[in-house]
Amino acid sequence: MIFWRAIAAAALLATNSALLAGEIPPDERRSGYSFMGPDSRAMQDDDTSNPGMLFVLDGEALWTKKTGSAEKACADCHGDARSSMKGVAARYPALDKTLARPVTLDQRINLCRGNHQKATPLSYESRDLLALSAFVAHQSRGVPITAGGDPELKPFLEQGRDLFMQREGQLNLACANCHDHNFDKRLAGAPITQAQPTGYPLYRLEWQTLGSIERRLRSCMTGVRAQAYDYGSPELVALELYLMSRARGLPMETPAVRP
Amino acid sequence: MPTTRRRFLGLAGGVTAAGAIPIVTLQPLQATPAMLTAAVRNIVGEAAVRTGKVKLDIPPLVENGNTVPMTVSVASPMTADDYVKSIHVFNEKNPQPNIGNFHLGLSAGRAQVSTRIRLADTQRVIAIARLSDDTFWQVAADVVVTLAACTEEMN
Amino acid sequence: MTALINVPAKARRGDIIEIRTLTSHIMETGFRHTADGALVPRDIVTSFTCRYNGTEIFSADLFPAIAANPYLSFFTVAKESGKFEFEWTGDNGYSSSASASITVE
Repeated sequence: MIFWRAIAAAALLATNSALLAGEIPPDERRSGYSFMGPDSRAMQDDDTSNPGMLFVLDGEALWTKKTGSAEKACADCHGDARSSMKGVAARYPALDKTLARPVTLDQRINLCRGNHQKATPLSYESRDLLALSAFVAHQSRGVPITAGGDPELKPFLEQGRDLFMQREGQLNLACANCHDHNFDKRLAGAPITQAQPTGYPLYRLEWQTLGSIERRLRSCMTGVRAQAYDYGSPELVALELYLMSRARGLPMETPAVRP
Repeated sequence: MPTTRRRFLGLAGGVTAAGAIPIVTLQPLQATPAMLTAAVRNIVGEAAVRTGKVKLDIPPLVENGNTVPMTVSVASPMTADDYVKSIHVFNEKNPQPNIGNFHLGLSAGRAQVSTRIRLADTQRVIAIARLSDDTFWQVAADVVVTLAACTEEMN
Repeated sequence: MTALINVPAKARRGDIIEIRTLTSHIMETGFRHTADGALVPRDIVTSFTCRYNGTEIFSADLFPAIAANPYLSFFTVAKESGKFEFEWTGDNGYSSSASASITVE
């Protein structure tokens, strides 16, 4: 028994040391788009056939709609999103000075609702939150991702990286086991991607709707039989921050389409 | 009657066979060949269905059965005396055999429709066109549906 | 509900043009169950029609096997300037419509 444990521990150590060396060099980073078949690509490429655009349209309507007891619309402060929101999603999650921690775009929208619109927060994965988030992120389409550059974010970035490297769940797998070391191979019938979050919120054919990166992370966690972190938890925000910084330089694609 | 070991195994075998019906994205039932035949007969009546003229463009291997792009086109001059009236699409193994009926007509100019469909499992998709002379033409395509490795639990 | 319509703004008389429509709808099949075993009732778009200056040029009967957010592409001959009207109807009294105009020269 002890003998077997020793072998297991040795095996773990061996893979762990390989892990740390195995990050994907910047010039080899690839969007999930490059792992898809031609049909899914075509669905993303054409705005009139990309179902994610339905949410972007809804978000555009919400942008100018007055809400909350302050009777304010997003546009009342931010004006035309096409200029004011360009590049914003590419640098999220970003530091909130008051909270002294990074917040996601979804959380920023709800902070704005609470602080400025005096409105109730929108729940995670609700149509309105996804729509607003998609509309804002869509303004950054084509803009290279810059998230994670703020030195004050370093501890959170490290937490996210640790979570990415940490084995978890009954399958005892880390994110890195698949997405750093085995991308381009297949898991069941599906190609393993690099997990570059270039197009969130995105339309997943499996979901048949738009979803956030947090939904995706949670389903990966369920996949390795781990207890998924709650929406908005510091762990999910840190993971998102690490993933976005890991994708630095790749252009935003919101709303992307993925299988 | 006492449940003997043999009888128990027989029962268990029966359960396993039933459990082998693909339970994928669409739930337990599946269209039977009789249901498919009935659905087709409902459209074509007693008319013969010939093979040809119709083209079904669908990926042979789909990335997710929940959203499968599909295009049906019919080789037709689309003139007043030879045009396509309608296109009907069926499947073998979803809970229901019908996918869609598309009514076009002479004004379409081109007999082609595209949509996105759900396929609960690897199966055959059939497209039938009704021409202006009320003849029916069909094509079938086999589609392999792969499943994502890490799917979410049903909410 | 939101719809995305793609009709060319301009065409020459006699051109065969493609019309693409995409609309928001969950297309709940009626075959799924919740985690506690209850059947989720069917909620789908059952019918789509397109009229060109009042004349029906295309229609479709849709079934649960049509994917969520139904997408349809079809063709018509550009005959005259005017309006395309689109209508989706379905379960639970669902009805939604959209329109697009075209200039035919």
